[in-house]
Amino acid sequence: MYTASNLRKGLKLLLDKEPYVVIDFQFTKPGKGQALYRCKLRNMISGIMIDRTYRSVDSFEPADLEQRKMQYLYYQEGHFHFMDLQNYDQVSLSEAQVGDSKNYLIDNLEVDVLLFEGRPIGITLPNFVDLRVVQADPWAKGDSVAGDSKPITLETGYILRVPPFIEEGIKITVDTRTGEYVTRVKE
Amino acid sequence: MSPGSRNNLFFAAGERLAAKKPHLWLRSRIVQAIRSFFLSKGYLEVETPLLIPAPAPELYIDAVQAGDLFLHTSPELCMKRLLASGYEKIFQICRCFREGERGANHLPEFTLLEWYRTEADYRSLMNECEDMLLHLSMTLGLGERLFYQGRVIDLRPPWPRLSVTDALGQYAGVALEDVLAAGSFDEVMVTRVEPHLGAPKPTFLCDYPASLAALARTKTKEPQLAERFELYIAGLELANAFSELTDVVEQKRRFEREREERSRLGKKAYPSPERFLEALPFMPESAGIALGVDRLVMIFADRKSIDPVVAFTPEEL
Repeated sequence: MYTASNLRKGLKLLLDKEPYVVIDFQFTKPGKGQALYRCKLRNMISGIMIDRTYRSVDSFEPADLEQRKMQYLYYQEGHFHFMDLQNYDQVSLSEAQVGDSKNYLIDNLEVDVLLFEGRPIGITLPNFVDLRVVQADPWAKGDSVAGDSKPITLETGYILRVPPFIEEGIKITVDTRTGEYVTRVKE
Repeated sequence: MSPGSRNNLFFAAGERLAAKKPHLWLRSRIVQAIRSFFLSKGYLEVETPLLIPAPAPELYIDAVQAGDLFLHTSPELCMKRLLASGYEKIFQICRCFREGERGANHLPEFTLLEWYRTEADYRSLMNECEDMLLHLSMTLGLGERLFYQGRVIDLRPPWPRLSVTDALGQYAGVALEDVLAAGSFDEVMVTRVEPHLGAPKPTFLCDYPASLAALARTKTKEPQLAERFELYIAGLELANAFSELTDVVEQKRRFEREREERSRLGKKAYPSPERFLEALPFMPESAGIALGVDRLVMIFADRKSIDPVVAFTPEEL
């Protein structure tokens, strides 16, 4: 059980039977009045943001959340399937739950799957993932008009801009937090 | 050295501290100007103990316990005992401690300026607030207008006096009785009223419900209201003032009510401030005010958080 004085950014709690994370938090106290805790919270399932004001007498249940290391197996009919590396249990997440993370999901990638009351609700990727370039225009040496970067397509279908020397068939490292190119992988 | 290593953290903390230097200079000059203002008006500067046996039993102010004693939450009770013994104009600049108060405008240890005078009511304190802030601004070479968080604040008196009843009606469209009955007074004030107060001139929000002013005198013609005001500048609450309650029977009754409410909410019980209650019958008609010095520095330094205007926040220790 949490009380209002435990509220801080990043705290995960249960509201209306759903898990929320505190995104922003402000302590206020009008002269001689009671302390008020103004919070911006994000629903960890739907992503919807809400504003709530709490008083010091309010209390909260912690959200029953668990993070488990799992391996990405395959995609089928709108669902991404993962396997728990400890007990070989399999779980699946919808496209909506995976969101932009799908740009980095390649077979056998290890991710953290977040479970709420035992059900998967989202994934956290490693910060850096190596992906193969499946389509890139050739690098025209001395072609100054080409500029500093060019668009390429990765094996997951993700399109991003990279330096002009990146060629089809090689692997590059991408920062999953920003979606940007980091470096060429030496194989 | 990798980022986040102990050495880098040390340098980051050191740089943050060094960056506060202009604000700490300003703070020092403000404190000197406050002293010169009150000394020139014939006030005596006093120091009363920080460790006291019994804080005023106020419902929403929690004292930090230190052994058998408490760190004071305000010097109010000791200063009023001085008034009762013939001190007519006194001021104090001191550290005060309130448990659990930490936010953009709050520190659990902060600096209050309190001043009290006999033969005065809250209206005369409003005039003194106007005079003092203008004096500070002129002494600091900032002139009659301040620039705070993108707004110009005109310090030239008179500043508007707005009643709590009118402010609730004007900015939130609600009646005082209704928000009190619903228990939403504080929330409506913080979210819908305070942001509008104190610009383009500082504003005195006056005449609070008597139930929200445990140590204030009630108005003769409207006993449901207390002679209490709060001073706001650009939405920031800067000071709280009363015409002081001198009726000891009434004061005991109100302390008792606050004590019951505290116990109902499961809050720490305080011993009764007996010496203060013994002195109260000898206190002449008086008025007193507490002004947050850290917030005053925030305004003059144009900072929207209290952190840059103190050398160390609790998290930096």
